[in-house]
Amino acid sequence: MKMNVENLNLFYGEHQALFDVGLEVPEHKVVALIGPSGCGKSTFLRTLNRMNDLIDGVRVEGDIKLDGEDIYAPETDLVQLRKRVGMVFQRPNPFPMSIYDNVAYGCRVHGLKDKKKLDEIVEKSLRGAALWDEVKDRLNASAMGMSGGQQQRLCIARVMAVEPEVVLMDEPCSALDPISTMKIEELVTEIKKDFTIVMVTHNMQQAARVSDFTAFFLNGKLIEHDKTDVIFTKPHDKKTEDYITGRFG
Amino acid sequence: MNAKLENKIAKAGLWLIGFFILALLAAFLGYILYQGLPVLSFHFIFGKSSDIMAGGGVGGQLFNSFYMLFLSMAVSIPVAIGAGIYLAEYARENKMTKAIRLSVESLATVPSIVLGLFGMIIFVNKMHLGFSILGGALTLVLLNLPMLVRVTEESIRTVPRSYEEASLALGATKLQTIFKVVLPSAMPGIITGITLTAGRALGETAILIFTAGTTVSRFLYDTDVMAGGETLAVHLWYLLSAGLVPDRDQIANGIGALLILTILVFNFLLVLPLKYFQRHSVGSR
Repeated sequence: MKMNVENLNLFYGEHQALFDVGLEVPEHKVVALIGPSGCGKSTFLRTLNRMNDLIDGVRVEGDIKLDGEDIYAPETDLVQLRKRVGMVFQRPNPFPMSIYDNVAYGCRVHGLKDKKKLDEIVEKSLRGAALWDEVKDRLNASAMGMSGGQQQRLCIARVMAVEPEVVLMDEPCSALDPISTMKIEELVTEIKKDFTIVMVTHNMQQAARVSDFTAFFLNGKLIEHDKTDVIFTKPHDKKTEDYITGRFG
Repeated sequence: MNAKLENKIAKAGLWLIGFFILALLAAFLGYILYQGLPVLSFHFIFGKSSDIMAGGGVGGQLFNSFYMLFLSMAVSIPVAIGAGIYLAEYARENKMTKAIRLSVESLATVPSIVLGLFGMIIFVNKMHLGFSILGGALTLVLLNLPMLVRVTEESIRTVPRSYEEASLALGATKLQTIFKVVLPSAMPGIITGITLTAGRALGETAILIFTAGTTVSRFLYDTDVMAGGETLAVHLWYLLSAGLVPDRDQIANGIGALLILTILVFNFLLVLPLKYFQRHSVGSR
């Protein structure tokens, strides 16, 4: 298992947002997290690279292991952890810099200065994110001038550039049109051979199309998780079935 | 009354108000420039001032204005940016930060004459700086700081949180995030704030009369910070209240026009690189 979560409880101050969640993330697979809004799936995702640390008053209990090491252990190096567990956000959030600088950002903050090496990484990452052919002639143009779909693929390239092991995606297509969404989905299927992916999605079809495993969250509890085709054809829990067939949510 | 008519009247009213303000501004500027422009000459702008004889210039005062502005900015900008970063990025919302913010805001509303007298007691008398460029520049820092701190903090706060999250999620440290992503994005706002503050400091008198004095070094373009620090605006006030030179009215008119022109040029000099900067880093949409 690439990542292993056990007995995870999370509190925003007094309010408990996650209850006793346990989930395994196998290497080179795509795990989809589904569930109605406010069910805690995004909160859960953000515990995996400790982005919740940025919010005041968040308390986390339980075990989250990456390759068997507890990421909430006091000796954990946050910089190192976030390098290994990258994240793509709901809204495309490129920096207001050139396309090149966006992709090179991660490597530069980790101390890489060699121009040739950076060029290589930028090209490789943009190719990896299926963006190279569209932008190779305007690498120095601002990333803010790209379309939403391109921006999101740029954000994926930016994450790929630091060569993480796990990529977390928080509803990466919710702000995109159908064609851009399709491109991102193809991309996810393509890059899972190099990365392990955990993806939050609101779109049931998307979960069915791209994921190998699906986990269903409801009111801060993980109701069940299994292979995607099992969840979508014969779920074990009545609530999962109701949600998937659109009876609520 | 029907809605269409109401709309027309409101539009005409607003247009009139706008026109009135523009006309007022144009009248002021026009009068000052009409009176002052004929006085301006190379000798007037760059020449030495005279105490008794007619025909003196304002070169020393012009130099002092910018020299003190430069010195005060060199101190206040780093301090203000540091404080702004602290307030926007590190400080938690508690009594301490509320107290800091309240003090900054109170300091911003203190009448400049009070700051001037304070500067006179502390810098001129207690620290024995005398009426000097240094004393004036340090007191100007007190005037600049509150506004600069506020502007920096607010510019940093308008930077989308998502930039910061993206940077941290890539494994950047908080410090790297601030200097590589947050500050560059906040820069246009900060530069606007610096321009406004500098414009205000250039025209300041009350503070400087009691700290930098109403004399100018007998050497033209004297960079000695202990020399007398009379600025353009103070010279204008001094001439009209106690000047002995026979052509004091012409000189005062000239200074009025010169002040307006320098502030105009100064703003252009700061705004043009800003436009360039925006085009190249933020890019066009």
